[in-house]
Amino acid sequence: MSDVATDPQTSGDTGVVPDAPLLEVDDLYVEFHTRDGVAKVLNGVSYHVEAGETLAVLGESGSGKSVTAQAIMGILDVPPAVVTGGAIRYHGEDLLAVSDQRRSDVRAEGIAMIFQDALSALNPVFTVGFQIEEQLRVRLGLSRKEARKRAIALLDQVRIPNAARRVRQYPHEFSGGMRQRAMIAMSLALDPEVLIADEPTTALDVTVQAQIMDLLKEIQVERKMGLILITHDLAVVAEVADRIAVMYAGRIVEHSDAVSLYRKPGHPYTVGLMESMPRLDQKGTELRTIKGLPPSLLAIPSGCPFHPRCPMAVDKCVTDVPGDHRLGLGRTSKCHFAEELVGRV
Amino acid sequence: MSDSEAILEVRDLVKYFPVRVGVLFKHTVGHVRAVDGVSFDLRRGETLGVVGESGCGKSTLAQVLMRLEPPTSGTATFEGKDMFAMRGAELRRLRRQIQIVLQDPYTSLNPRMTVGDIVGEPYEIHPEVAPKGQRARKVQELLEVVGLNPEHLNRYPHQFSGGQRQRIGIARALALRPSVIICDEPVSALDVSIQAQVMNLLGDLQSEFGLSYVFIAHDLSVVRHLSDRVAVMYLGKIVEIGTEDEIYSHPTHPYTQALLSAVPVADPTVRGQRQVIRLEGDVPSPVDPPSGCRFRTRCWKAQDVCAEEEPELITRVGGHPSACHFAEERSVVP
Repeated sequence: MSDVATDPQTSGDTGVVPDAPLLEVDDLYVEFHTRDGVAKVLNGVSYHVEAGETLAVLGESGSGKSVTAQAIMGILDVPPAVVTGGAIRYHGEDLLAVSDQRRSDVRAEGIAMIFQDALSALNPVFTVGFQIEEQLRVRLGLSRKEARKRAIALLDQVRIPNAARRVRQYPHEFSGGMRQRAMIAMSLALDPEVLIADEPTTALDVTVQAQIMDLLKEIQVERKMGLILITHDLAVVAEVADRIAVMYAGRIVEHSDAVSLYRKPGHPYTVGLMESMPRLDQKGTELRTIKGLPPSLLAIPSGCPFHPRCPMAVDKCVTDVPGDHRLGLGRTSKCHFAEELVGRV
Repeated sequence: MSDSEAILEVRDLVKYFPVRVGVLFKHTVGHVRAVDGVSFDLRRGETLGVVGESGCGKSTLAQVLMRLEPPTSGTATFEGKDMFAMRGAELRRLRRQIQIVLQDPYTSLNPRMTVGDIVGEPYEIHPEVAPKGQRARKVQELLEVVGLNPEHLNRYPHQFSGGQRQRIGIARALALRPSVIICDEPVSALDVSIQAQVMNLLGDLQSEFGLSYVFIAHDLSVVRHLSDRVAVMYLGKIVEIGTEDEIYSHPTHPYTQALLSAVPVADPTVRGQRQVIRLEGDVPSPVDPPSGCRFRTRCWKAQDVCAEEEPELITRVGGHPSACHFAEERSVVP
């Protein structure tokens, strides 16, 4: 590997493989070494995303959905985090094996990320414009004037009214929705092929959430980006995702296209999540719940990690770790009874 | 609004916070009109849901009803007595009757106190409820009621998960046997599977102890699930109020309709087929709200009259009050 910056599109001295998936996480293991012991945060996570496609990663706190994204971006806190196995391939090139310089190039120009809390993700002492222009000037060598022009165009594209004036303002002068738009503009500046959105609308009100999701969808279609949407919200996922990966205890327990998953979930955890969600279209009586608590990552249960909370659990679930059961149409589920759940016995 | 007995009657409640500038000589340049003329009744044993986006004044409403903040004007009576005029022993009795459950179970529990001390602290202030000798037993009973292990009395908050901490907060609110509990976003910090557990608990406790809830939340599905009646707030005012079915199935105020239609639906097969009302822009500043109807700057029905005349919260169509000159029923929830 050379540490000369190259365009990730062209191969040359990079490890780019033609026809490989745009971005692929392959059997990734991450541990956190804490005072209390070793937390196994990711235990063999695999997923991929192609251009123009939306993959939703669904899971509750501690399921490892954000850690996977941080590993892709190379922004894990090391220590305590240690990647103990697996690969992250961008156009077939393993990002865990390349030089720091190459990694940084990919992070700048190939894969961008937006975060839940835009106020803490933006730097409060620089104007919004400066923060967008910085990367344009460093990466593309644009002059101040050209960069400013591009920044205004970007803010315009994410529909910030009065972009020419807004570009000179500081993050605190923006409302929550506007800040999220500014962050999206910033992430688009270098025309990434993959956008990772980590709970992009969780901190926002419902009317603003709808605006931001519309914007993300529109930009994704227009630019044919691969979008990885990380969220805990089943309803948001249903509105935008092409494929869904459900995470539990650092594993992908179910992977499916969106329509099939909502029609017939293939893992008891997904079933539980759907049943415990209050509905807008009817007044419920008692909600079905998933009993108990998510496991501590310091002591993940034996066998299937969901077995202590699972209504279907039998002895086999305590002893045998379920592998991927194939359910057709590219669906998989890590449950011994997956076929029964979707009615394919 | 008067078929069954009201335990709490709120009339024209107003709370302004002054905006002050200057370092040495502070002077007031305006007011944040957080709550601006809110009226409602809370009946015995019912849940009144209050929904609205951030900055609509729903949490300020909770603070004023708890008497944590004095109102700027307006009245509220609890069991027929003026809440804001109460002093001394009468006020102490009131404080026993109205309790609150807060949003964030991580910051609303003192990390240096054990769970037993947290849940038992109300008895220190109101010793008449439980004599000293019985307190430990009472606290254990409370922990059991909210589904925690009574033996965990001596543990500290950090040893519990978010959902368990919210149960501790609920146990604390129940300690003095209140008749009204104000729940300010009690489940919004919790994961879906845990949220359902806490919502079920709140429902069970209501029937067991005959509690009345003011349930404040921004999540419309959560509010529908628990509420008998619902008030929709926008910029310090109630824009529409009615039964759960009236608000969700027959909304008449454009803001309620927009809010409901913006909620994503967990069904990928209806994607793109749903009629969605997208609001433009953000909520205006409560320091300088628009004249007339406060929603008019984002409303697709706005006419000249909306800027000139403030719409009253009265029944125009559909059998429940709605503060819109052009109120009409439109079903937006599939």
